[in-house]
Amino acid sequence: MKREDFYQTVLPPLGFTIALFVFWQIVCKLFNVPLTILPAPSDIFAALWQYRAPIIDNSWVTLWTTLVGFALATVGGLLIGIAVGWHKNIYSAIYPVLVGFNSVPKVAVVPVLILWFGLGEVPAIITAFLISFFPIVVNVATGLATTNPELEDVMRALGASKLDIMRKVGIPGSLPYFFGSLKVAITLAFVGAVVSETVGANKGIGKLMLDAQAAFQVQIVFAGLLVLAFLGIVLYAATAIIEKRFTGWAFRGQNR
Amino acid sequence: MAESLVELDNISMAYGKGDAAVRAIEDVTLSIKKGEFIAVVGPSGCGKSSLMKLISGLHPPFSGQLSVEGRPVNGPLKSVGMAFQASNLLPWRTCVDNILLPLEIVQPHRSRIGSQRAQYKEKAVNLLHSVGLQGFTEKFPWQLSGGMQQRASICRALIHEPEILMLDEPFGALDAFTREELWCTLRDIQAQRKVTVMLVTHDLREAVFLADTVYVMSNRPGRIVKKCSVSIPRPRDLEVTYTAEFQDIVHELRSMIGGKH
Repeated sequence: MKREDFYQTVLPPLGFTIALFVFWQIVCKLFNVPLTILPAPSDIFAALWQYRAPIIDNSWVTLWTTLVGFALATVGGLLIGIAVGWHKNIYSAIYPVLVGFNSVPKVAVVPVLILWFGLGEVPAIITAFLISFFPIVVNVATGLATTNPELEDVMRALGASKLDIMRKVGIPGSLPYFFGSLKVAITLAFVGAVVSETVGANKGIGKLMLDAQAAFQVQIVFAGLLVLAFLGIVLYAATAIIEKRFTGWAFRGQNR
Repeated sequence: MAESLVELDNISMAYGKGDAAVRAIEDVTLSIKKGEFIAVVGPSGCGKSSLMKLISGLHPPFSGQLSVEGRPVNGPLKSVGMAFQASNLLPWRTCVDNILLPLEIVQPHRSRIGSQRAQYKEKAVNLLHSVGLQGFTEKFPWQLSGGMQQRASICRALIHEPEILMLDEPFGALDAFTREELWCTLRDIQAQRKVTVMLVTHDLREAVFLADTVYVMSNRPGRIVKKCSVSIPRPRDLEVTYTAEFQDIVHELRSMIGGKH
């Protein structure tokens, strides 16, 4: 890595994060905040190390349920998005239902899912899917709607079918929207999986935090939160890298 | 006399339906001969672009008869090349891949391009060379200047050897020098390929320099108020734009188009 890159992209976020933790630590020690209200970072990191085995074990469950839910949302969102963007009638038929569906708090759906599928990973996967597919649908449909009408004329004058126009122009053109929505969706999927676990599950970070809370082990609850934040950043970064890889042409202004 | 390729007989065209319909074109009668270069000029919003959409079969006429090669038109023509003021190149494709796009749509190239991509690519590269884009074939559109993008856009409209080349203010966004350079490029392409061209523009000098016949349209709803045959012999050099004969034609056309002076 070049020295310049280090000063620009690594040092600022790293410095800010460390400063945040230091500030937190000072506040906790200075005002003698009880462990059960807000544990200091030192307590949290100690708990993280002490309970690393169950934390890793449960994180793994949360991670893979999130990823499976996210994968389903990606495929489903893309297909529904294309359908919605395909024709005005399909749009007006299913869009209100989608908006209504998206407005239902997913916490309220989890008990039903547990009723149907029992305690386990399935409700978490489905919740992750349900919460994260909507932004993908909206973005893909928006991307298709922004297809240049002149370019459509060019294609139609060549005798191109609707499918041709979609394949050659519409879908490639909406990929930046699609990948943009994946960054939102991946964090939402994560939220969905954890929400489901806190409502009812036998494994996962959410379940671990719930148990720790019941036992007043607040430092473990915070350790769980820290792990969630960390995994969230990793998943977001992974999606952002994939985005850049596939739609570099849309970022041309930034890397020239 | 060469055979006529496009015939418009008393054509009217409207957007919208019923009482809310807005007339864009009224009672237009004209014919375009094979290999002819026509230009349509007129004030903005007079239906010049609508006429283009109509002839390419993208929008049906409200009344009147439209035929191409003697057959009535009732759908997109399938062998029209179009270029607009914006180059509309696909940013995710290189220059040469952009040019190949029509060949992925139009038969018989469509079924061949999979197996013969190399030959087709060579053809596209040659076309790009002929408009002065050598060395830019593998560049992305945003790496080209506005004039170069427009050249590429015209190549894309030509690659499948269309019957008609439709140009809607293709040089409108370019600076004066680049524009004149591209006039010459277009002049040479047309002379070489004998393609039928319909150029929509509001640059009268451009119209007179390039076209065999210039049609002047009135304000909306557009009617043809003047048909002017440009008898300046070809090949025309940019120098002709400074001759009295040329200026007279431009002047006469200008007087046909309204507006305050």
